[in-house]
Amino acid sequence: MARAVSTNRKIGFTVAAWVVALLIFFPILYTIITSFKSETEAIAGFSLIPSGTLESYAEVQAQSNYFKFFLNSVIIAVGSTILALVVAVPAAWSMAFSPTKRTKDILMWMLSTKMMPAVAVLVPIYLIFRDTNLLDTRIGLTVMLMLINLPIVVWMLYTYFREIPGEILEAARMDGATLWGEIVYVLTPMAVPGIASTMLLNIILAWNEAFWTIRLTTTNAAPLTAFIASFSSPQGLFWAKLSAASTLAIAPILIMGWFSQRQLVRGLTFGAVK
Amino acid sequence: MGNIVLNKVSKSFGATTIIPEIDLEIEDGEFVVFVGPSGCGKSTLLRLIAGLEDTSSGKINIDGRDVTGEAPAKRRLAMVFQSYALYPHMTVYKNIAFPLKMAGEDAAVIDRKVKDAARVLNLTNYLERRPGQLSGGQRQRVAIGRAIVRQPSAFLFDEPLSNLDAALRGTMRLEISELHHQLKTTMIYVTHDQVEAMTMADKIVVLNAGNIEQVGSPMELYKTPKNLFVAGFIGSPKMNLINGTAAAKHGATTIGVRPEHLGISTTAGEWKATVGVAEHLGSDTFLHVHADDVGPLTVRADGEIGVHHGETIFLTPSPPKIHRFGTDGRAM
Ligand SMILES: Nc1ncnc2c1ncn2[C@@H]1O[C@H](COP(=O)(O)OP(=O)(O)OP(=O)(O)O)[C@@H](O)[C@H]1O
Ligand SMILES: [Mg+2]
Repeated sequence: MARAVSTNRKIGFTVAAWVVALLIFFPILYTIITSFKSETEAIAGFSLIPSGTLESYAEVQAQSNYFKFFLNSVIIAVGSTILALVVAVPAAWSMAFSPTKRTKDILMWMLSTKMMPAVAVLVPIYLIFRDTNLLDTRIGLTVMLMLINLPIVVWMLYTYFREIPGEILEAARMDGATLWGEIVYVLTPMAVPGIASTMLLNIILAWNEAFWTIRLTTTNAAPLTAFIASFSSPQGLFWAKLSAASTLAIAPILIMGWFSQRQLVRGLTFGAVK
Repeated sequence: MGNIVLNKVSKSFGATTIIPEIDLEIEDGEFVVFVGPSGCGKSTLLRLIAGLEDTSSGKINIDGRDVTGEAPAKRRLAMVFQSYALYPHMTVYKNIAFPLKMAGEDAAVIDRKVKDAARVLNLTNYLERRPGQLSGGQRQRVAIGRAIVRQPSAFLFDEPLSNLDAALRGTMRLEISELHHQLKTTMIYVTHDQVEAMTMADKIVVLNAGNIEQVGSPMELYKTPKNLFVAGFIGSPKMNLINGTAAAKHGATTIGVRPEHLGISTTAGEWKATVGVAEHLGSDTFLHVHADDVGPLTVRADGEIGVHHGETIFLTPSPPKIHRFGTDGRAM
């Protein structure tokens, strides 16, 4: 009996999960479908079956060079992530392994900066960027995104490092490991999964960041978010082209996400899944 | 070799003193158990010897060498932690090999030593597994394996069996004792379980609030506890401690009588008592009684005794087994 009930419940949960997942995924799916339509098809009304034309893609590529934006996205996302890790690993490390009375407060304060609306600092930041000639530069944007995501990176790494039990480090010390041996053979292997999850998540966050990337760039440093935005332009609404551009912009990150699902789930649940 | 001497060692964390000042000598090859209630500083004392904590004052000598300021790695001690502290990302083989690798042994020697240890500890079939794929008892054995391969001058155990179930605890207790007989290396073993202390130790160190209450062999502590604390802590069930007129009659402030040293009669005796709960363990029966003018007592009786709730019995302590304590709590 108990078994039958739990099977029913399982089926119920599975169906519910699929419905919710499809509902959430549907806008993305419809974007992808629309990208394989012609402009006339796209405005003709709701249809799940595209003609399969690639003309939108061709036009998008003709109008603006996808690869330039793609390259900018890669440089900015990866660059800001590496920079953030360089700053955050030592910070999280010291907070996790030699905490002080204020450690919790500092962490909360860092996270609280994420609660402030970005618009609030748009003007000052814009002016700073203008006066330091950082507008529309990759370096400027990389630093900006690094700063934006830094609190989350520190917080995530901190929770991962906290999971490494101090007794294991002590065991290594008893086993005769020097500080270097401890770092190479024990600490690093145990910390790497956490660092990798954090890195993946931060790349995605930086890749998708649209507020600052669109406002602080024009052409030279513009990443894929700006590329999409340029198609919802004053020339009117070209649904098929916009969809093609969007599909092109999200494809790389979707593929990366697909291949690193396990790491990501761990990352998104902040290490709660063991 | 594994001769360890603590000379006026003390430890404070900030303003709180955990260990006021301790002198202790541990001879080579001894099995020493630190026992005491939770929070009394057993782990702290062990970690001071290991070098995982710095002493606040005093000196620690190992084999005549002053190691007070030395790093744990240099003291040639091995430690088994309560949580086992195995390296989760390494196989059992690599876990056991780790201390040898750190000591710079070459691969062939490491391989031989790891396989020897695995055979002794029944781990041969598990060498390629990760710690996460082992049972609690197996993890414990890996932790011991990691400790023995390096042939340290002493082993330190911090409540190594407390995460195991009762049956396994019994088996592992024997295995560790057996290991001590084989290796003849000094072992310092921390526990709050006085049964473990009694059964395994050559020498028991009873700690209370960071102070050593008494040091001695298990039977010494059982027969001649120096004070009320040791009297109450060593022995199971606990010694009956009696105050008031019953004690005064024996010329003491408090007298102590172990449950097994009370004679039972249904007709006459020194104390008249009413039986409360009778716990039948098969071989023994523990009677929890209330004696007039004396208070609650525990009596260890024969397994077959036919005494029931509410009945009246008479108890007589056997005179040479009465422990007498003065006003200061010390044995007289
Ligand atoms: N790093 C530390 N900082 C401050 N106080 C500490 C620290 N480590 C231990 N203590 C305190 O020292 C006292 C003794 O701790 P210890 O771990 O030695 O007890 P124990 O006898 O091993 O107890 P248990 O049987 O529960 O393991 C405790 O009151 C504990 O709170
Ligand atoms: Mg302890």
